[in-house]
Amino acid sequence: MAASPFRVTRDPIDAAALLRETVAPSDGAALLFWGVVRNEHGGRAVSHLEYEAYASMAEAKLREIAGEARERWGTGEIAVVHRVGRLEVGEASVAIVVASPHRAEAYEASRYVIEQLKRRVPVWKREGYVDGGAEWVPGFTPAVEEGVR
Amino acid sequence: MPMTVRSLFFATYRDLAGADELLVELPATATVEDLVRELRAARSGLAALPPAPAVAVNLEYAPLSTRLSDGDEVAFIPPVAGG
Repeated sequence: MAASPFRVTRDPIDAAALLRETVAPSDGAALLFWGVVRNEHGGRAVSHLEYEAYASMAEAKLREIAGEARERWGTGEIAVVHRVGRLEVGEASVAIVVASPHRAEAYEASRYVIEQLKRRVPVWKREGYVDGGAEWVPGFTPAVEEGVR
Repeated sequence: MPMTVRSLFFATYRDLAGADELLVELPATATVEDLVRELRAARSGLAALPPAPAVAVNLEYAPLSTRLSDGDEVAFIPPVAGG
C-alpha cells in the first residue's frame, strides 16, 4: 500500500521518493518546496530545532489545505511531509511537492500550502541555541472560524 | 449524567499543565468554555492558560460555545509554528 501523501514523521524526508510518488503521467511539472533548519534566528545562533505535532490533526489539516489548493488552481497531486523530533541545521523540516500539468499553477499552489501550513497546522518548534538554552518559537494563533464548516 | 472528555496539551500549554493529557469530568451540558474554566481553576499551572485559547474538538478547530459529548478529544492549541 502506498503511504499517505500527508504525513508527520520522525524519519528524514526522501525528496526523490516523494517526487516519484506524487507525479503522474498527466503532469508536466513538479515543484518541491524544501523547508530547512537555519543556523540563526533573530541574530541568535541556532544549533538545532525540536518539532512536535498533534499528528492526527496535522495530517487532517494538511489534507484539507492541499484539497483547497488543488481545487483553486487545478493542479495534480500534492504531497506534504512534516518532520518531528530533533533536527539539526541543514535538515529538512517540511517538504511540499505539487505536481501539475502546467508550472504556473504549481508555483501558486505551493506558496498557498506553506503559508496555510504556518497558520493552521498544529505543529510547534523549540529552538536550541549554540550558547545554550532553548525557547519555544512564537507562532500564529489559528483563526478558529476558519475550520468550522 | 456527567461525561468525561480527554484534554490534550501541546508545547507551551503542556508545560503549564505538567501533563500531555488529562481526563476531565463535566456536567452533560458542558461547552468548551466550561472545560476551559474548569481547567484554569483545577490545576495551578493551568491558571495561566488564556481564557479563550484555540481549541480543537475531535481534530477540528471549534469555538468556545461548542457543546461537548462524552468521550470527546479536546486539544488545546498554542500558537502554531510549523514549517
